Amino acid sequence: MKTPLVAIRKVSKSFGEFQALRQVSLDIWPGEVVCLIGQSGSGKTTLLRCVNQLTSIDSGGIWLDGELLGLRERGGRLHRLNEVEIARQRLKCGMVFQRFNLFPHMTALENVIEGPVQVQKRKASEAKLEAMELLRRVGLAEKANSYPSQLSGGQQQRVAIARALAMKPELVLFDEPTSALDPELVGEVLAVMKELATSGMTMLVVTHELGFAREVADRVVYMDQGAIVEAGPAKDLLTAPREARTRAFLAAEV
Amino acid sequence: MSNAPALAEGFPDLSSLKVAREPHWGRWLTAIVILAIVAAIGRAFAQGQIEWSYVGRFLTAPVIVQGIVNTMVMAVLAMALGILLGIVVAIMRLSPNPVLKSVASGYTWLFRGTPLILQLLLWFNLALVFPTIGIPGVWTARAVDLMTPFLAALLGLGINQGAYTSEVMRAGLLSVDIGQYEAAQAIGMGRLQALRRIVLPQAMRVVLPPLGNEFIGLVKATSLASVIQYPEVLHNAENIYYANSRVIELLIVAGLWYLLVVSILTPLQMLLERRFARGIARGGR
Repeated sequence: MKTPLVAIRKVSKSFGEFQALRQVSLDIWPGEVVCLIGQSGSGKTTLLRCVNQLTSIDSGGIWLDGELLGLRERGGRLHRLNEVEIARQRLKCGMVFQRFNLFPHMTALENVIEGPVQVQKRKASEAKLEAMELLRRVGLAEKANSYPSQLSGGQQQRVAIARALAMKPELVLFDEPTSALDPELVGEVLAVMKELATSGMTMLVVTHELGFAREVADRVVYMDQGAIVEAGPAKDLLTAPREARTRAFLAAEV
Repeated sequence: MSNAPALAEGFPDLSSLKVAREPHWGRWLTAIVILAIVAAIGRAFAQGQIEWSYVGRFLTAPVIVQGIVNTMVMAVLAMALGILLGIVVAIMRLSPNPVLKSVASGYTWLFRGTPLILQLLLWFNLALVFPTIGIPGVWTARAVDLMTPFLAALLGLGINQGAYTSEVMRAGLLSVDIGQYEAAQAIGMGRLQALRRIVLPQAMRVVLPPLGNEFIGLVKATSLASVIQYPEVLHNAENIYYANSRVIELLIVAGLWYLLVVSILTPLQMLLERRFARGIARGGR
């Protein structure tokens, strides 16, 4: 039987009084593109960050490739993993941020090879060749020696995608990758993501771009108040939602 | 013509006229007044009880030159120690570990809270507290032999500097966007690697102007080490005027050397700042 690449089981998370996630469970299968939609504060970004352990969960469990993330069961209790083990687990997933978070003191090329060379300890010459190939793939080969401040938002986000891919992840997480972009720059980033989806990459995408979700996602998950309200194939959920709350959200978005 | 917007009448065409340069009479006047004051002060000093020939003679005297060299050696070494301690303490201060945090705060509290001259005297007189220093059975030495003026000055100045530099470094680390830590973590970096590769290089840009300030302060603070017999420039100048009583002349000699050193440091700092401004566009692309 097939196993999901990511298995999220009864995950809860609070920030003080505010309950960001309530017993969320979800599977993401290899090669699948899943879009998380919902209002701000619905917990979709928190869920994404928990998968990459940028946010630690309060209870429940997340398995990536069969490995429990951030925790180890011993003697009937759960113990948090140390920083080195968490860093190793993070290598399996790449992350693309809303505000790009490129390293401003490095060129586009240096940004892309930083992980492979410094973390994975690969040969610089080899990493450079692969990085150039990735920059070509996102259409920015000629910008390899530009600093982030010399690039437009859309170009920066495409470099950030190349940086995530350079680690050869099994899964790429996207946290509202087009929300910080001027409207005319959204298309170039979505085009790169579409190409990535077609190539078979497993993707978990928090997005407000319902058009992208409809076209590219295998499944769409609608979240509200820290819980999954409805999940299903993109076309079904976006055109014929079963839940009243989903219908209200979609009506307001269009 | 047909595509241009319709314009109202009554506004003359100014596009061929130039904006005139103002004469700025006020600036000229203040400049003349200030020059006159400077000239009067200069004249007073020239006619005062100063033997300028002594200033010229002692400016390049070997013992003075050796003094300024010692001053600079001490300033550079103490700053290096200060920066090293400053980085370590700033990182400890921002660590989630409460033990490290308290140790760092305690260090800053202790060494910022007492006068530098007192700390220098304490280091120099350490032998009064601990006659012998070392690890029992492995290696020991008499504190009097070990705690030379050089070592006492280095420890006193460097450790004191570290307390101040740690706060400058902490400000620099805090100035880097949290998203940079997260992006570094997302490519699998641990805390220290993220600090070294991603955060510190960006913090350096913010930290350099105040660090330059600190270093200039330290160059002059080395003069306090004269009280523990470290042969820096002021100490050597004092030794000369104890012998020949040319107090003001030798103080001017020392003062000129400090001014010269500080004047050289300022452009050096600008070069460094440019080096760390890599990738940062000021005022657009």
